[in-house]
Amino acid sequence: MAKSDVAVRIRDVSHQFGEPGDARFVQALQRTSLDIRRGELICLIGPSGCGKSTLLNIIGGLLAPTTGTIEVDAKPVRGPLPHDIAFVFQENALFPWCTVKENVMLGMRFQGVSRTEQEKRARDALAAVGLNDFMAHHPAQLSGGMRQRAALARALSLQTDILLMDEPFGALDEQTRIVLGEDLSVLLARAAKTIVFVTHSLGEAVFLADRVAVFSARPGMVKASIDIDEPHPRKPSFVTTEKFSDLRNKLYGLLHDEIRKSVESAAVTELNA
Amino acid sequence: MSAPRKQHEKLLSRGLQFSFLLALLLVWYLATARWGVSRILLPAPATVWRELDDVLRSGEFLPHLRVTLIELASAFAIACTFGLGSGYLISRTRYAMAVFEPLLASIYSVPMILLLPLYVLFFGLGSGSKIALGATVSFFPIVLSTIAGFGSVERIFVTSARSMGASNAQMFRYVLLPAALPVVVTGLRMGFTIALLAILGSETIASFAGLGHKIAQLAEAMETARMFAYIAFAVAIVAILNIITTALERRVKLQ
Repeated sequence: MAKSDVAVRIRDVSHQFGEPGDARFVQALQRTSLDIRRGELICLIGPSGCGKSTLLNIIGGLLAPTTGTIEVDAKPVRGPLPHDIAFVFQENALFPWCTVKENVMLGMRFQGVSRTEQEKRARDALAAVGLNDFMAHHPAQLSGGMRQRAALARALSLQTDILLMDEPFGALDEQTRIVLGEDLSVLLARAAKTIVFVTHSLGEAVFLADRVAVFSARPGMVKASIDIDEPHPRKPSFVTTEKFSDLRNKLYGLLHDEIRKSVESAAVTELNA
Repeated sequence: MSAPRKQHEKLLSRGLQFSFLLALLLVWYLATARWGVSRILLPAPATVWRELDDVLRSGEFLPHLRVTLIELASAFAIACTFGLGSGYLISRTRYAMAVFEPLLASIYSVPMILLLPLYVLFFGLGSGSKIALGATVSFFPIVLSTIAGFGSVERIFVTSARSMGASNAQMFRYVLLPAALPVVVTGLRMGFTIALLAILGSETIASFAGLGHKIAQLAEAMETARMFAYIAFAVAIVAILNIITTALERRVKLQ
């Protein structure tokens, strides 16, 4: 793989919370290495607590790894890179005291984008996610799905090459997830961004990803990586194909043992506590 | 519930509140006119009204009102400066919050009026001791609500602002401040109200001037009708200030 094809290079990244011996010591990530290709949508999937969200925060510079290195565009990450990387968090990351449009504009304001440019980009981004009619609403007036659309619009308006999405649909009901997933696939096919998408959902991973990285139970590391060879935007009918269920089953097989391990180790931890 | 019905209920409760006050006035009138309560202890409503009219027309209240309001403004300004400042600093670390929040909360439960003799000793019988007491009582709700407001900003707001490249100043102006403001403003209003109560109260105990001073002086001179007039006047001032501060609080919270 040529160097310029790699958007994010993760090398031997480990992360621990607390010190060994502490009651709350957790080894979240263990010597994880992964190359994220430019323009791909990679899903990180794995049992709870395997460190996939931790890895996302490390890539975004919100968290410094205990050991190992991260490079974005061949430059080491030492803190947030607001011009290169935008986040969509699980939920409630919109500021409740701002309207939807103000929320989108605020991110750009932090980066010194001019007022007229803020207006224009906010309108475009909100139109792209289908929220034109809700620009003056406050987040509390929107449904969970609409709030996540707004959060996505805020991230898109920053025009970064890389988008990190931390279980963005995790708190939504199944039907809303499906619709948002379909819309996201259409949207991202146009955007040509590098996307790292953390999810718990096998179906979501297969439907959205170009590649799925499967994490082992804690301490997490990449156990396998599966290519999903299907052009974007994906059609809703993709989920009914045999290819979809084969891939989903393959993922399920890889994950199943890890999930059991993680549940059992959690039970042991609880017994010891 | 339909809007006209709501309107109707509101009207009804307003009517009941008004009738209650009217009944109180009636009992007052009956006590003086029929039940033979001493005119010196309890002057007739009409007499008090005439006195109040005279107080307002003569402008005699002005110097006293001015003293009380200046004391209030100074006390509140001092309490805001120290309360907001130290509250914000304490809210910046979990450790400082764990140390100071319970400490300040327990001191807050001490009746501060006990400090008045000490403050009179320190600052004299004039405005100084009233300002000191008002500032002390008002400081606590302000500092506690500032700690609560800035200390409980959800992490995700800070994290997401940081990921979008907010500078420290932008973080304060666009994230911390709006997140904390509703709680802080409640503390400011409470601080203002109890500063006013403490100042009026301490003026009646030991002072040279102010509305509270005038009321105590009239009581000592057995001029109860005029004293009642001043009490009514002071109550009106407190009510007006409360209406203003509550309206300001609501406006800030709606933004």
